[in-house]
Amino acid sequence: MSTLVLLTITGLGLGAMYFLIASGLSLIYGLMGVLNFAHGAFLTVGAYATWWLQGVLDGIESTAVSFVLAAALGLLVGAAVAALVELVLIRPLYQRHIEQVLVTVGLALAITALVQGIWGADARVYAVPDWTIDTTEVLGAAIPNDRFVEIATAAVVLIGLQLFLRRTRYGLIVRAGVENRAMVTALGIDVRRAFTLVFAIGGLAAALAGVLSGIYFGSIDPERGTSLLIFAFIVVVIGGLGSIGGSAVAAVVVGLLQQYANYYASSGLGDLSVVLLLAVVLLLRPAGLSGSTATA
Amino acid sequence: MTVTPRALLGALLPLVLGLLLAAVPLLSLDVPWLFNGPLDSPGTLQVLAACLVLGGVAMSYDLLFGYTGLLSFGHALPFALGVYVSAIALTRWEWGMWAALGLTLAVGLVVPLGLGAVGLRVGGIAFAMVTLAFAQAGAVLVQKNPRALTGGDEGLGLSFERLPDFFVGVLNTKNLYWLALAYAAFVFVVVRWAVGSSPGHVWQAIRENEQRVEVLGLHPYRFKLMVFVLSSFLATAGGVVYLLVFGGATPAVISPNFTLALLVMVVIGGTGTRFGALLGGVLYTYLDQRLPSLAGSSEVQGLPGILRTPLSEPLFLLGTLFILLVLFVPGGLTGLAARGPGRGLRRLEGSLRPGGTSGGVTAQPEEVG
Repeated sequence: MSTLVLLTITGLGLGAMYFLIASGLSLIYGLMGVLNFAHGAFLTVGAYATWWLQGVLDGIESTAVSFVLAAALGLLVGAAVAALVELVLIRPLYQRHIEQVLVTVGLALAITALVQGIWGADARVYAVPDWTIDTTEVLGAAIPNDRFVEIATAAVVLIGLQLFLRRTRYGLIVRAGVENRAMVTALGIDVRRAFTLVFAIGGLAAALAGVLSGIYFGSIDPERGTSLLIFAFIVVVIGGLGSIGGSAVAAVVVGLLQQYANYYASSGLGDLSVVLLLAVVLLLRPAGLSGSTATA
Repeated sequence: MTVTPRALLGALLPLVLGLLLAAVPLLSLDVPWLFNGPLDSPGTLQVLAACLVLGGVAMSYDLLFGYTGLLSFGHALPFALGVYVSAIALTRWEWGMWAALGLTLAVGLVVPLGLGAVGLRVGGIAFAMVTLAFAQAGAVLVQKNPRALTGGDEGLGLSFERLPDFFVGVLNTKNLYWLALAYAAFVFVVVRWAVGSSPGHVWQAIRENEQRVEVLGLHPYRFKLMVFVLSSFLATAGGVVYLLVFGGATPAVISPNFTLALLVMVVIGGTGTRFGALLGGVLYTYLDQRLPSLAGSSEVQGLPGILRTPLSEPLFLLGTLFILLVLFVPGGLTGLAARGPGRGLRRLEGSLRPGGTSGGVTAQPEEVG
């Protein structure tokens, strides 16, 4: 029983990170039709910016304060990089989907290589407050506290995104743009501003996932973005492109399946069973769990 | 029947090029800057052999991406199948060369048939992601090292006892070079033949407008499966040659970066053109092999850190070059020579979105001419 609880909460923690990456990917694809391969690079940049800033901020207050401060600035760096990419590289290729994908592929290669060149290929460790490494007893299982941080963060982001999409004017434009971009443009709304916004939000969420992955795995490395991105892609396809709710459900399913299969079957089988799940979903429902229409 | 000078040139150029390349190991020319040793030195020949093999694999990818408009992110998988299956058969099971080759080619037919049958049920971006996931499954399998077959991170060395003598030893690098050249020529001929055949015309029609092909009463699915299997098979054959040239298998051949590299090669050279993919593959591989030594040179090491760091990362330079090419030279390097609209990447528009008409704005642009 305690093993099952541990696996479930760990799986949810993993799913939380997948959701943070997938939500941005899904929104960007839904609105702009861009499959963003550079999303993993945003994650890596955010994670490394946090690590670097923590070194700079070292000595002020406690570890917790310097970490939260560094992470907040790191997220802004992630968002800024993403917005810059949209403005400088994606916008000139408006409506040319293949070339947009190719540019993000080039960026993914270049940024990952640059991070590796600057900070080296070795793993880097965050200085995190001690309590995140301690464990809490839940139903007889000792759960590392950081799992709760990841799940809570993803839940907050999910609720925040839903509120943003449903209750604000910009959210309305984004939703309408996912539904029918031509009509929104015809109504005289500059939908391109929403593009930059969505990219910035996606970059922020990806950087958040990067920082959390540093706590979850205990360290960050330049390849982290690429390896998480592949599972986030699977989550997006299973959840249905353009759907935040679908991504959340799929992220939980994928995270749990991966943990269970890795433990109960054999290590490494979790990753394979996720791919198998993708194949099954595509055979039964090619449009993904929530269909291809946009739901916020 | 009249033979136009242009058609004559088109037939003669590959032949002359092939003969010139075949003569390279016989020349002991020194090429300063481009290569470290003379042309017939084993080091130079190995670099050239790698260029030719990957040029061939890039052509096989172009068949899928450039000619049919199928964006696959898993072309590393069939290539790695060729590398790993033959390495395992030769080294772990100690099979003879022909038996190992037969097994590899059989696997190279069956696996893409199965994966393609599932993956091609979806189109556009979903297909890209499915192929990415399949390749990732392969990477996990290699990493997991079942029954100590693949060697995991360490990779798998090739045991040379089972190979014929003319492929073994530094002095025989020229034979490996000729093998690589023969492979590239083979792929070139097969791709030209396939593209000119009647299924080839259907592939290009699918790239232009899949719905229209369906309306004409043809099944795009069958033709897409056909091109998927053919291009995968050619890549598997390339994997075998790669294994012989490099004398071992490493997990790098199944990494997502390798598929992305193939994509970069094809786009650099120019998609769906006669020489584009070959040129791109050769150029990319050459730069990938040579840039690290450039980064180690005293000129670069003498630069201040802010310039030295980016210049020491080959992938950073290649990625940046790639972005610039996509932004400013969408037809690729061969597109520089050709003129007119609707070439290269522009021609692939509309092949990405599944049912591209549903979004209204994303309906395929009118292609005229």
